[in-house]
Amino acid sequence: MTRATQDAPPRDHAKDANGKPMAARSRAFAWNYGPAIAITLAAIGLWELIVRVAHVPEYLIPTPSEVAADFKSDWSVLEPNLVVTLREIALGFAISVVAGVGLAVLLHLSPTMRRAVYPLLIGSQTIPIIVLAPILVILFGYGIMPKLIIVALICFFPIVVNGIDGLRSVDDDLIRMMLTLNGTRWSIFRRVEFPAALPSIFSGMRIAATFAAIGAVFGEWSGSNQGLGYVMLAATPNLLTARIFAAIVLLTVVALALFGLVSALERTLVPWAPRGGKNQ
Amino acid sequence: MGPSGGGKTTLLQIVAGLLEPDGGRVSVEGAVSAKDRLARCALMPQRDLLLPWRNALDNAGIALENRGVSRTEARKRTKPLFERFGLAKFEYVRPAQLSGGMRQRVSFLRTLMAEKDVLLLDEPFGALDSITRAEMQYWLVRAMDEVPRTVLLVTHDVEEALLLSRQVVVLSARPGRVVRILDVNHLAGESRREIVTSPGFVSLKEQALEALES
Repeated sequence: MTRATQDAPPRDHAKDANGKPMAARSRAFAWNYGPAIAITLAAIGLWELIVRVAHVPEYLIPTPSEVAADFKSDWSVLEPNLVVTLREIALGFAISVVAGVGLAVLLHLSPTMRRAVYPLLIGSQTIPIIVLAPILVILFGYGIMPKLIIVALICFFPIVVNGIDGLRSVDDDLIRMMLTLNGTRWSIFRRVEFPAALPSIFSGMRIAATFAAIGAVFGEWSGSNQGLGYVMLAATPNLLTARIFAAIVLLTVVALALFGLVSALERTLVPWAPRGGKNQ
Repeated sequence: MGPSGGGKTTLLQIVAGLLEPDGGRVSVEGAVSAKDRLARCALMPQRDLLLPWRNALDNAGIALENRGVSRTEARKRTKPLFERFGLAKFEYVRPAQLSGGMRQRVSFLRTLMAEKDVLLLDEPFGALDSITRAEMQYWLVRAMDEVPRTVLLVTHDVEEALLLSRQVVVLSARPGRVVRILDVNHLAGESRREIVTSPGFVSLKEQALEALES
């Protein structure tokens, strides 16, 4: 297996050899994230410039600096609603991970179950889950329940599919060898298949992490009186556009944070995984 | 020994009890059913297939853990072998950090730790460079002196077959049939060079090559 990290910036071990951990770390950080940060900053600058030069009114498109100012003035509105949405995303995501990994394992261990459920699983994805939101609101009311269900339903699919693929990706030779090394179905699952599937499961979780915020907002749009989605909905008729943008920024930050959390967890739990090198 | 594509690996899998033969009967120390054969054989595959998430020691001891032995106990039992077989200090290293030869050593110990009567080695050194391969062949002979087992080794390397075996069965290319059985019992010498250049060895090698060509 080739090591993909050879052209990557100095990593942890190089850092120790250097005796300059902080310098090496910030160099690696600049290498990894510098270009993306530069592009983002340039885009924000361009946005500010165009909106100002063209004299676009704030209620149509606010400048980034107006959005930033709104964070300050509207924080008392944003903060409690952020907490609500954060809870929906975190709990919904957690449910989807447990259910997704659980179902992947079940379908992997039982071929009969796989034949019975897998086509339904794929079929279920042709239903735009978002359209279920109003029905869930009718069933469960304005509380957190319908939001959790929507977040979980949206996040669940990539986790199951990646999980099943990961569990099936194990080399047949490895299974055969394990059988001759006193391996039982359970020990092969536990010691070979599940660890081998972890990188795939984490891929699914990273995709799901980017969907979670969308699910929470749609849940809130279908019926709620709190949360960032609700803030956006309530701000629209009042043309509080800067507040809407502020909510969007917060949702983006939440999604990025969840993504980062999943990636960090993966680095801790799956240190052996082959990584694409530079910008993982 | 035989050319690639002759069904050597399939034969090993049948012996191991992973496959049933289409015809005939395979008996491993009296065990005829696939399940009983599986209970008597441990397979060392062509590629080392070490688990990247386990260190060398835990890879080698996995058969013990599969039998329900705790990891601590498995380590305790596996560790002495690391010292005896040139792997000391590599116990807690991940496979990715081991050289090809070292990985094959760990893979062999893993097969050994299954504590089966019969070891099936499928071209164990096929992927190694010739210097490392020679080293590993010597290592294997020594290991087998210390912990004698019945070994069925598959290879397409004539010299390897003659150096490591008591008896060499030469198979033809597709379909793989037995073309010659050579007894190698009397080979002895101080060094590899001495053995390989001895008249007995040269004559056996000639016979083997001739059998392959026919």
